[in-house]
Amino acid sequence: METITKVSIKDKIISEFELSKNSLFGDSTIRKNALDSFAKLGIPGRKSEEYKYVNMELALKGDFAFSSPNPFAAQQTRLSEGQVETASILKTAIVVVIENGVFSANNSRLGVLPKGLIIQNISDATNLDSFKAHYSNYADVASDAFIALNTALASGGVFIHVAKSAVIELPIHIIHINTCSVPTIVNARNLVVVEENAQTTIVESFVVSSNSTKVFNNALSEIVVAANANVKHYKIQDEGDVGNLVNTTQVYQKKQSVFSTNNLTLSGSLVRNNLTIVLDDEFIESHLNGLYLTKGTQVVDNHTLVDHRKPNCNSNELYKGIIDEKSAATFNGKIYVRKDAQKTNAFQSNKNILLSDDGTINTKPQLEIYADDVKCSHGTSTGKLDEDQVFYLRARGLSEASAKKLLMHAFASEVVNTVELEELKSYLEAEISNRFE
Amino acid sequence: MLSIKNLHASIDGKEILRGINLEVKAGEIHAIMGPNGSGKSTLSAVLAGREAYDVTEGEVVFNGKNLLELSPEDRAREGVFLAFQYPIEIPGVSNINFLKTALSEIRAYKGLPPMEAKDFLKLVKEKQALVELQGSLANRSVNEGFSGGEKKRNEIFQMAMLNPMLSILDETDSGLDIDALRIVANGVNKLKTKENATIVITHYQRLLDYIVPDFVHVLYKGQIVKSGTKELALELEEKGYDFIKEEVGA
Repeated sequence: METITKVSIKDKIISEFELSKNSLFGDSTIRKNALDSFAKLGIPGRKSEEYKYVNMELALKGDFAFSSPNPFAAQQTRLSEGQVETASILKTAIVVVIENGVFSANNSRLGVLPKGLIIQNISDATNLDSFKAHYSNYADVASDAFIALNTALASGGVFIHVAKSAVIELPIHIIHINTCSVPTIVNARNLVVVEENAQTTIVESFVVSSNSTKVFNNALSEIVVAANANVKHYKIQDEGDVGNLVNTTQVYQKKQSVFSTNNLTLSGSLVRNNLTIVLDDEFIESHLNGLYLTKGTQVVDNHTLVDHRKPNCNSNELYKGIIDEKSAATFNGKIYVRKDAQKTNAFQSNKNILLSDDGTINTKPQLEIYADDVKCSHGTSTGKLDEDQVFYLRARGLSEASAKKLLMHAFASEVVNTVELEELKSYLEAEISNRFE
Repeated sequence: MLSIKNLHASIDGKEILRGINLEVKAGEIHAIMGPNGSGKSTLSAVLAGREAYDVTEGEVVFNGKNLLELSPEDRAREGVFLAFQYPIEIPGVSNINFLKTALSEIRAYKGLPPMEAKDFLKLVKEKQALVELQGSLANRSVNEGFSGGEKKRNEIFQMAMLNPMLSILDETDSGLDIDALRIVANGVNKLKTKENATIVITHYQRLLDYIVPDFVHVLYKGQIVKSGTKELALELEEKGYDFIKEEVGA
């Protein structure tokens, strides 16, 4: 009889760290500390309050390789020109390609960068002051196992720096693309620092090159928005049936800054978004918009946290979902209004349409308010398509199918209309139309 | 054009229509009046194809076709139009976009090619003027944030765009001030031809000063208990519905 020793994914990760720690970029103390946190936290199970609606253990079942920072491996791109072209949603953009968690200089299309903009492989940025000042300062390894895992094993990614008062007109499109031929755990890591009074637009998209290899992508971006800066951020997640994506976005805002983000999940076997925005000064504005269209047996889980730490700030959050077939969606929206954060305005809304009897939606707003002079509200709704509306449209000659399509489009448009990049907006409208055919 | 015979309909097991008979010919305007709860709105809902109602007996033939077998959209495509008593608000769906889709689906049903964009826009302009509807309203989301009067005008605007054979106006006068009522009635009158027909459902006689009916029917407890010409409406206005109740009761 054969004895099979089952090695847990946690143990595999810990031994992978020992193997690769000398080839990984950055400060080894940060990594060691992160690994210790990970060892303590472990992969969250179904009993974990924060991960109870996503089966992370199942997503991480089976054999996985790890994304490698090996520069030779990075040179050996599996991407064709055409694949990069397809993934480039925007015709005019600065394109950054992150292939299997590593910055790909060959596939990126940076052109001549405008004045005040630095874009480079994060592994090459570790000596820069702005890197040292911010890297791993915001995503707290003690708070979440996947932040810890990413920080311990980050293979690469991009560092973006926008200098004081620089206005970057062209959007920067970061394409996360997986081309691995075996199931792989990918830990991409990005740091975006937008200095005082600067402006930029960042689009992150997540795609896969083949629809046969399972991928576990644990991508993390820290975004620093300095005083008076304005950052527009978009995320498009479309990894088909093979993608398992845990995507952490950690945002830190200073005085009078404006940050807006739009999270659009079009496909993916499992998608978990952890979005945290810290408003750490006065007169800050934050906008959070999300749209998820789920079907099949897909699981999409959006966890957001808006942390109001100082007075006189506004946050506005709108997440909408259309859930079909046996898919499941979760929205968990936390808003903290700390004791000092008087005169806070914080609004949150989550609306869902359930198209099938087998779909599931879990929605949980969590407001924790410790200041007494604030305006906060939250609302959630889940329902089927409005039958009166369907009937009204049919009574004017529209087929039932086109009436429903029109209504779903209208439902989604509230979020899509917040996309300011026209090219991206038309892309999304077309994608959404296809989905409703 | 429309022939209703012994129509019975119920909702949640409760019978509302108890044997309606009505013949409507091309070129005619029929008014159906009746007290609250007499079944007026049920009749319009059944004709438009509301699924919540069960037709338990009787038949409705529209231009030779069994109307009750058709889906709501096919009824619309055959030329039945219901102006809703309470037009539905549909945020995010533009009035114009939705009418364009409706019109092209109706045309496809009839084997016609889609309308050219510029012809469509011309039609929109022309019909908007008919009900004095501002251009901005036509471009807004369907009925969203419209005043009561604007909603009713929007119904008549849609009717003008779709050019139906049979229009059923379900209490189009409810909640309208006299100016809005005149605009709506004026629109309906301008759309009237020898080929089409109109059923005006109303509680009050006032609307009939503006849309003059050829026939007036009184609906009471799910049946048409009295029919006559426009003078009947005046009589009802004067004596109230109680006199009908007494007559029927007697």
